[in-house]
Amino acid sequence: MRNKLLVACRLLLTILCGHSVSSFAAETIHEERSIYRDITVVQTGDRRCLIFNVHRGDRNQTCIDVSTPDKLVFAYTRMSFAGLLLKPDPKTILVAGLGGGSIPTTLTDLFPDAEIDVVEVDQAVVNVAHQFFFFEENPNMKVTVADARVFVKRTGLLGKKYDYIVLDAFGGDYIPEHLLTMEFLEEVKAIMADDGVLVANTFSMSRFYDHESVTYQRVFTEFFNFKMPASGNRIIITQLKPLPPRGALVTEAQRLAPSLEKYDIPLLEYPARLTTRVDWDMSRRVLTDQYAPANLLRDN
Amino acid sequence: MSSKKRAVSSGLPPLLIISMAFISGFCIMAIEMLGARIMAPYFGGSQVVWGSIITIFMLALAMGYLLGGRLSTRNPNGTTFGLFFIGAALFCLPIILFADLTMRPIFLNIEDPRYGSLLACIIMYFVPIGILGMISPYSVRLLVQSQDHSGHMAGQLFFISTLGSAAGTLATSFYFVLWFDVNQIMWGSIAALLMAGGVILLIDYLRNAQPSPARVPSHEK
Repeated sequence: MRNKLLVACRLLLTILCGHSVSSFAAETIHEERSIYRDITVVQTGDRRCLIFNVHRGDRNQTCIDVSTPDKLVFAYTRMSFAGLLLKPDPKTILVAGLGGGSIPTTLTDLFPDAEIDVVEVDQAVVNVAHQFFFFEENPNMKVTVADARVFVKRTGLLGKKYDYIVLDAFGGDYIPEHLLTMEFLEEVKAIMADDGVLVANTFSMSRFYDHESVTYQRVFTEFFNFKMPASGNRIIITQLKPLPPRGALVTEAQRLAPSLEKYDIPLLEYPARLTTRVDWDMSRRVLTDQYAPANLLRDN
Repeated sequence: MSSKKRAVSSGLPPLLIISMAFISGFCIMAIEMLGARIMAPYFGGSQVVWGSIITIFMLALAMGYLLGGRLSTRNPNGTTFGLFFIGAALFCLPIILFADLTMRPIFLNIEDPRYGSLLACIIMYFVPIGILGMISPYSVRLLVQSQDHSGHMAGQLFFISTLGSAAGTLATSFYFVLWFDVNQIMWGSIAALLMAGGVILLIDYLRNAQPSPARVPSHEK
């Protein structure tokens, strides 16, 4: 019975989506094969999307609306700005994973004086972001083509600290396993300023969710778990200090919301959804450099 | 020619030699598959690291084949064969014990992960994998008694050792990494190599201790 209902829902969804898509023809405007993935840029009407490994049916990596490029199209992209509730005025920012560049572009627009480092492993993604997604580097925002793990480790050696770190490196269908181990998170922790905030955009899938949660818990003791009903993503938000009470988040949201309106970020909705409630299996094993079969766990 | 007669040049049963080739093939690939895991914390998880690993493994095996082939021309014997396994196992120990000690200074001194990972690979893997590479040509020599059969024996041996490699690759990447720590799998490989070496030395010793009748025909020939 339940299955039938599901099938019916899915069918309805297909019809609805199919309809909305058919009114505009989706056009592939760019295809590129890098050593890491196939990159496709597709445009449907005004909506332009970056898709990794399209043949394997991957979801969109980043979409923008070319007529209103300021607006953030995806819920998870908007959600990643919830970290500002804990650190509203970052001066130094690190974004790991570029995609179409929505997050860094919005951050540099919001904080033109902040020094922003973006680290992206794939030069081809950087090129596509420049060419098709209005991503522009500026004197305060530069991209380094490197593996995030290597970049973070080297930054740690230099003693540099960041106020705001966004980990958004889990695009496509392959999880970089060395970017979610306890040791990596310790290295990230070492480059966070005392009042710095870490925002990690990941999935909310099966066993992997448990393992990942347990790992973050081990390194940071507690974190805000942030999920929205319509999104399969979840955002982990944490800091070195104890997490603020909900009241403080609400106050901050009211103060910041107007400045985020132009990006379509519904900041006022967020405080109620930031939770520290444990909804994962705490007996799962912590992911370490020694044990990190994230891609196998995801499929199980 | 009967299989017993083939064994005579080394005193080791062909089945034993072939099984050991399977084990060495298995271990080579298990160690290779783990290489990317071990190096990712310092050099990233990109294709660069795989490039370094595969390059160094290929070069080490190539050198091993050359050296093993040369050694096999001088008094091929079971003891040397067994020592290859034990030597390889011992030279694998630093991969577990000193991986961080090796990679940290490289990371500090070489900014480009390509050359950093290449150097780390040379230091950690070249010697043990080179020794494992010596096993194949040496096994062929132990198996072959007459030149007529060398092609056939070499074919059989490479068939089995490559099957071992396939099994090692699959088992490690599909299952072992899900069940065990990287270092546990490395210890397992080392244990397998040590045991293989031990069994070879033991059987070789037993066969030599009693003047085996099986050795006689080889002198007659």
